[in-house]
Amino acid sequence: MKPFKLVPDNTNIPFLSYRRVAISVSTVLIIGSILLVIFRGFNLGVDFSGGERLTVKFPQAVNVEQLRTQIDALHLGDANIQTFGGSNQVSIRLQKPAGGEDAASKAASAVRAAIIKQYPGAQPSSVESVSGNVSKELFRTGAMALGLAMLGISAYIWLRFEWPFAVGAFVALFHDVSITMGFFALTHIEFNLSVVGAILTIIGYSLNDTIIVFDRVRENLKKYRKMAIEPLLDLSVNETLARTLVTSLSLFMTLLILLLLGPPVIFGFTAAMLLGVVVGTFSSTYIAAPILIWLKVGSDSFVPKAATANAGAERMGKVEG
Amino acid sequence: MQFDFPKWKVWLVLIVTIIGLVSSVPNFFSAATVSSWPSWVPHAQLNYGLDLSGGSHLLLEADVADVTKQKLDKMQGDISTALRRSDPPLEVGDVSTDNGQISFLVRNVKDVDRARELAYGLTRGVALTSQRDWTVEVRDTTRVVMTPTQAGIAETVNNTIDTAREVVAKRIDPDGTKEVTVVRQGASRILVEVPGVQDPEGLKTLLGKTAKLEFRMVDEAATPQQIASNVPPPGDQILPYPDDKDGLRAIAVSRRVAVSGDELKSARQGTDSNGAVGVDFSFNSNGSLKFARVTQDFVGKRFAVVLDNVVLTAPVIKDPILGGNGIITGSFTIKSATDLATQLNSGALPVALKVVEENTVGPELGKESIQKGILAGSIAVTLLAIFMLITYFRFGVYTTLALLINALLILGVMALLNATLTLPGIAGFILTLGAAVDANVLINERIREEVKRGRRTLQAIEFGYKEASRAIFDANFTNVISAAIMFSFGTGPVRGFAVVLAIGIVTSVFCGVTLSRLMVADWFRRTRPTAINM
Repeated sequence: MKPFKLVPDNTNIPFLSYRRVAISVSTVLIIGSILLVIFRGFNLGVDFSGGERLTVKFPQAVNVEQLRTQIDALHLGDANIQTFGGSNQVSIRLQKPAGGEDAASKAASAVRAAIIKQYPGAQPSSVESVSGNVSKELFRTGAMALGLAMLGISAYIWLRFEWPFAVGAFVALFHDVSITMGFFALTHIEFNLSVVGAILTIIGYSLNDTIIVFDRVRENLKKYRKMAIEPLLDLSVNETLARTLVTSLSLFMTLLILLLLGPPVIFGFTAAMLLGVVVGTFSSTYIAAPILIWLKVGSDSFVPKAATANAGAERMGKVEG
Repeated sequence: MQFDFPKWKVWLVLIVTIIGLVSSVPNFFSAATVSSWPSWVPHAQLNYGLDLSGGSHLLLEADVADVTKQKLDKMQGDISTALRRSDPPLEVGDVSTDNGQISFLVRNVKDVDRARELAYGLTRGVALTSQRDWTVEVRDTTRVVMTPTQAGIAETVNNTIDTAREVVAKRIDPDGTKEVTVVRQGASRILVEVPGVQDPEGLKTLLGKTAKLEFRMVDEAATPQQIASNVPPPGDQILPYPDDKDGLRAIAVSRRVAVSGDELKSARQGTDSNGAVGVDFSFNSNGSLKFARVTQDFVGKRFAVVLDNVVLTAPVIKDPILGGNGIITGSFTIKSATDLATQLNSGALPVALKVVEENTVGPELGKESIQKGILAGSIAVTLLAIFMLITYFRFGVYTTLALLINALLILGVMALLNATLTLPGIAGFILTLGAAVDANVLINERIREEVKRGRRTLQAIEFGYKEASRAIFDANFTNVISAAIMFSFGTGPVRGFAVVLAIGIVTSVFCGVTLSRLMVADWFRRTRPTAINM
């Protein structure tokens, strides 16, 4: 019996010869994502935009138009009302109300009270309200966490490898994060604090691939001192290809199941990670590795410090002689 | 064999694994079942976050400006008294508390130094800093200006929020028996988490009032014109009085507080002799004494019961009340009277709190999430196991075993640490399992590679573990970085995710590298295989 092999033995795919095409596609995607984020914007969750959201389970199907009139009568601004998971479950979203810091909380109470009064038996299954200042703080914190994570991880790579590897990792991360954000701007799936958590996770996991490839590059650089950088990168990517695909497929499979069967509340969160796995796998090969070529990583990398010093001394000697 | 572990290490790994596995067991039973077990069995279970168990999360914010204003007002009172009582009394004028400062003019130039000394005497050093809580300076030769320092304000705010936190805790959970969380967050916020609450409105009402209760004398001399135009006679204050029968809906009361709510011993909902709903109260000994004196001195006069600067009722004192007990009536329902009693028992909040963030989840929603999470998790693990088995055969068995043990270890460690499982945490758990096979995949692929290069079986395995370990370490360390950042920046649910991620990283390296190696070494020692089929 032969084991199942996702990748045949001894592949020799010239990945990096397609790098210009791949990078052009990535650049277009990144620019497109940035434009989407700027011009289309996110569908921000209550935690980032402030305001209120209630989900209510009614005893029987509810007339959304009638409910809208009833909520409009409270004069709390435009209500976005949607049914989900059946016509008796409704999500009501209100924008940040004017007034003091507790205006959002008071508005949520008003809506809740109005619904309970007019629909006996209605059960608010969740209520969320966030004030303007708190939402601004959360947004700032989220952005800061993302930035810090990207810098922190790049710094670690610098420490463990050499600086061109850190640059490669950072650009790959930027690629993954911006495309994920572009996806959220495009689809208008709610962008909230848990999605930022998911992106932070992507930052960690998409880098796994990059590091595995980098680790092999480091090993091969030491092993084949004479090999040119491009074939060496190709060799490293090919050698780690089986692992990359098996792991990515494992992650993809688990996340897909979670997306389809898991709790609907974390749909956006799971979607972000699923996309991140795909984008992250791609960026390890086509973003992180080519940068090593441009930053002239070559046979002189990972030569022990003492050896370089000796070589220098020898050259000096020759000049004197 | 170099690949094999020394004996002590084998035992260590086995003991750690067994402790982890045993600790995971209580998670599979209900809390009630676990509590009936004998005491030597581990009892610790992981906690469910509010998004899974259902409950209310409220973030309350104190008005820092108000705290500062109170500090100014109090100091103004103190300094005025001190100046008046000094011998000979100091005459001052143009007292103001504008611009966050207290300033007054000293009438007589030669008194300026004495006034400054007096003011300085009221300031004190702030703990752990070299600063005092107020600065005192003299401007334009006769004006004394007192300004609270940053350290002084910070200290006052800090103390105020500490007191407020205690009051909030007492209000929500008077008996201290519920599993509520009331913690400070940052300089001016208090986080309240109450599991299992169906009605967050009740909580909000309970915390929505400072409940500062005062008994003050009504000034009968004030004319209706004065009251209507809101110009109080000297020493008085015009307060709203919603239940007023004269139709003015306001009343003039003395600024002096005869007895305050601080002197209350207890309060509870009750009814008066006419059957009207109200709040029964009794004073402590000091309060009883004061109340007795006031009601003796002012028989036939009216006193006002003032709650948060609103007059609830203003009855005429018919007889002196000597026992220190009474009932406050007004337009109460049983619910609002019970709430007020709870509020009075907890004491007044030193500052008003506003709800700046609220998140309430009904228990049903959480239950549904847990069920769906378990379903998704089980299917994911099954598929992963099949995938590993058909890809790596014998090594796939080790990978699957490591995966299953890993899942249990995560639950075990979470129970031991009393960690909280949140909804994103469930996702983190499933994600971790997907990612956990990575360590084994790396090792297995490396072994395949080494076999292809013509290494002998033992060498290939040894090499596979050694070479892959370095990459596994580097790759996992980046996840630790992102989990740490998520933990320090995130709020409740996201934090829960970070905790699962961090625990998962440690356990998956342990299971994927150490434990699987133990299993492989054992297989090798038993069978001495000459080839690896994968």
